[in-house]
This record gives sequence, structure tokens and C-alpha cells, in this order.
Amino acid sequence: MTTLNPGRPVAPRSRSRRKFAGAPIILLLPGVLWLAIFFVVPMIFLASQSLQTGSLEQGYAFTWHFSTYSDALSTFAKQFIRSFVYALIATVSALLIAYPLAYAIALKAGRWKHILLVMVIAPFFTSFLIRTLAWQTILSGDGPVTSFFKTTHLLTVTRWLHLTNGDQLLSSPLAVVSGLTYNFLPFMTLPLFASLDRLDPRLLEAAGDLYASPITAFRRITLPLSMPGVVAGTLLTFIPAAGDYINSELLGNPNTSMIGQVIEGQFLRVSDYPTAAALSFVLMITIVVIVALYVRRAGTEELL
Amino acid sequence: MTAALASKSPALKRRRRAPGEVLRHNVIWVFATAAFVYMLLPNAIVVLFSFNKPNGRFNYTWTRFSFDAWLHPCAAPGMCESLGLSLKIGLIATVASTVLGTMVAFALSRYRFRGRAGANLLIFMPLATPEVVMGSSLLTLFVSLRLPLGQTTIMIAHIMFCLSYVVVTVKARIAGLDPTLEQAAGDLYANEFQTFSRITFPLVAPGIAAGALLAFAMSFDDYIITNFNASNASVTFPMYVWGAASKGTPVQINVIGTAMFLVAIFAVGIGRLAASGGRRRAS
Repeated sequence: MTTLNPGRPVAPRSRSRRKFAGAPIILLLPGVLWLAIFFVVPMIFLASQSLQTGSLEQGYAFTWHFSTYSDALSTFAKQFIRSFVYALIATVSALLIAYPLAYAIALKAGRWKHILLVMVIAPFFTSFLIRTLAWQTILSGDGPVTSFFKTTHLLTVTRWLHLTNGDQLLSSPLAVVSGLTYNFLPFMTLPLFASLDRLDPRLLEAAGDLYASPITAFRRITLPLSMPGVVAGTLLTFIPAAGDYINSELLGNPNTSMIGQVIEGQFLRVSDYPTAAALSFVLMITIVVIVALYVRRAGTEELL
Repeated sequence: MTAALASKSPALKRRRRAPGEVLRHNVIWVFATAAFVYMLLPNAIVVLFSFNKPNGRFNYTWTRFSFDAWLHPCAAPGMCESLGLSLKIGLIATVASTVLGTMVAFALSRYRFRGRAGANLLIFMPLATPEVVMGSSLLTLFVSLRLPLGQTTIMIAHIMFCLSYVVVTVKARIAGLDPTLEQAAGDLYANEFQTFSRITFPLVAPGIAAGALLAFAMSFDDYIITNFNASNASVTFPMYVWGAASKGTPVQINVIGTAMFLVAIFAVGIGRLAASGGRRRAS
């Protein structure tokens, strides 16, 4: 994809490193080729597949069949919009939960910092499918969480808001969104922790010395300095959440199905490859556009 | 736990605080504890229900305590085979993506060349792509090329998505290196190979290990991409769990979930011990 120029060290640290000019090509080539062949080329195949007509049995022909896109989008617009709405709510909830957590670990935990950090990462190592199945148990009809929601009449409120249906918490939008929030919480917490951990506490002391109220100090110092973490965390949550179908499948009902479920079903069950490819491609483009706009607006381009 | 943490925090001891300030100091721990409960509750359920003996095929309601599943972890038909396949794919994908990813990370952080921005973008893209898109696009590639789906296609996919994680992790470690150490090696007449093997590599090694651990975790846990590129003959552990979710969940799934949790904590503990031992040796 790119022509590599003979390498020049970033900073000539040792005399000998300059000797071998082809080093970056040799180092890069295998990995870059792998990604080119198994990431970029499949995207081209996907785009091409979406414009083909035919069937899996009789073979496909490339026909510039753009109406697949309009048909697919008009049929599945609901699931599409729902995916982004759910992903957005989950991202905001995860940010609201993870920020105090990351703040406490980074700035208040003292010598407990590392243990608490392990507690954030550890759940991640039990298969997320098993943990999502555990949510089925937690939210099940005879569980303590459901009875708490019933006795406090929270269930009436959530039902009125159309977040739950009937007498249960499971198989509802609320269950799907809280599952999404839960599943991607470590992805939000860790970047937030990384940027808050670098925060110099003396800056906050200085703010206090200059008569800034704690809220002003947070708004003017902590929050701006943690923005790289906020941006990275929200992206790492929003992107996988928008394409996820595990939570909506295991915790939702047919009225909560997300675009990932549709794509999976069209590919693996219905075998309507052009429609599935078109939906997949639109999902990809939408996310790239959202990410580009968001990163530009947030003004942090050195995400990596 | 909250109270103990707050009282041991050095920030509190330093000076006496107004009552309002003390309250504010603790409010954050109320939120943090709630977040921890939210994050750890499912794991607690997984552990608890690994000792359950359900009546039906589904392990959703507590029936009675039993060690059965722990004593016969492979009693669930097909589960241990899927676990073995996941371990095998995970190990191969980890080794391949760690080697390729470490090479790319060195190239990107140590050299400037035309196309570097493009290479960075190429590394970033898989991280910004939903799994369902990567899985489905690989499927269209394999179907178009008439490659039979199975273990090989799963491994190809896993190496692809693990690669970027390794690059990012190792790059971060290289960026944090102290350049004076390598300069000192050069000043002491170490050649390039000696500098790399005695100074650079040992310093970057923890980053490579972290990248490898992350790659293994991602590969072992992946369902969405795997499901697109697998056949009925290549059922990985997440695919087994997914199938079980509709057919009946054996208690053994929870045993594996608990064991994974313990192994992870153990690995992190060993890693921390090794790291602190390394620091002691270095100082």
C-alpha cells in the first residue's frame, strides 16, 4: 500500500544503526502484509460483494447493484438507529461510572492503586460470554435484583419509560444497555486511569491556593487534562458496542435487536450475502465518519 | 473496605480537613465501590454457580451445593475439546501476532520513512472497526477464494486482529524507554546487536509480554469474528458457550470461567513479583 523509503533513524542513537537502511522494510513487511491481505483486501471484497447479484448456490455477478443499499437500509433502518442509540447510551453510562472509578484509583487510592487496578482488569479474563450469561441469572425473574426493582416500584418507572416490558428486567432494552455498559467498562476505565494517573496533583493544590473551588478546579484542570483518556475510552466503548450483538441476543428480545445481529443473520442464516455486505459496509463507513468527526472535534489526534 | 482505604490514604493524614471535605473525599469511594460491585458481580455469580447442581439443563437458578462440576470438568460433552482448540488457536495466534507486532512496533517507533503515517493508520484501523465487520469481510474473502472454513481461517483472523493490539502495547513501551541507556551502551563500544540484546530488548520485554497476554486474552475470548470464519468441525470455547446458551448450560462452563479468572489473577501476581524482582536486581 505504501512505498517505503530507505529508513532513517528517528534519532541517531547509535552509530551502527545507520548502517542498514532496509531494516524498517524487513521489520514492517510481514505484519503490514498480513493486515493488507486479511484486513484491507477483505474490505474491498466486502464492498464488491455488496454490489453483486446472485445467490450463494448459483454464484454472484458484479452488477453495480446499488439498490441493495437502499433496500437494506430501508428494511433495517430501525436496527441501525437502535444500535447507535444503544451504543451512545452505553458509552455515556460507562463514562459516568468509569470516571469516578478511574479518578479514585489514580488519585485517591495511594498504595492500593495496583490492587484496585487488577480488580478492574481481572473480570475481563473470564470469558465475556460466560459473564453475560451470568447477567441472565442476576436479572432473572426470581432474582433479588428484580424483586428490588419490584418493591421499590422502579420497575413501574422503567416500564413507563419503555425500558422494560411486563413484569421482568430481562429481555428488555434496559438489560441490553446495561449489559453493553458492563461489557465495555474496562475499555473505558483503563484509558481514563492512564490519563488521570499522569495528572500532577500539585496542579490541583495550586488551583486551591488560587481560591478555585473544587468544582472549578475539576472543570478547569482535571477534566481538560483527562480529555485524551475520555476520547480514547469513549471510542473504545462506542465502536465495539455499536457492532455488538452478544448483549442484545442474550439479554434482549426481538424488539431490541441490533445491526450486528442483522448482519450475522443475513450472512450465516439467510445467506443473503449482498444485503449483509451492504449493511456491514455502511456500519463501517458510519463508524469511520463518526470517529473522524469526534476525534477532530475533541482535538486529540495522537491516540496511539 | 471503603473506610479502611480512606483512612490509609496519605492525602488524608497530611492535614486536617473540614467535615464537608471529608465527605467529598468519601463520596468518590461510594461511586467507586458501586462501580466495582457492578464489574465484579457477574464474576461472583460465575464462581458461585460453578458449585451449583441444577435440576434442568440450564444453570440459571440456585438449586444445591455440589463439587460435581469441579470433579468432572470434562463431563460436558464437547466442552474440553473446544477448550483445547481455543488454547491451541490462542497460542499460535499469540506467538505469530507478538512476533509480527513487535517487529512493526520497532519499525514504527525507531525509523522515519515515507508511508509511516499510512502504516500507522493501517495498524489503527482494525482497532476502530467493529468485530462484525471484520468477521463478515473475512468471510466474503474466504468464500470468494473458496477457502474451506476451519481452524486455519480462524487462526488467520485471530492473528489479524491481535496484531494491532500487540503493536500499540509494544510501541507504548518503546516510547517510554530512556534513550540515554542505549547511548551509554554505544559509548561503551557495544555493537548494535549487543545494545539490542543486552539493553533494548530486556527493557521492552515487559511490553512484549503485556502485548502477548492481551493477544491471548483477545483470541481466547473472541466469539464474533470466530463465528464468521469457523465451520461445524472447529468449535472454539466461546462458540461452545454460545451454543450452550440456547441448548442448555452445563455447570462446567462456570468451572472454566472461574479457573480462567484464577489463572489470570495468578499470572498478574507472578508478573508483578517478577517486575518487582527485576527492579530490585536493577537497583
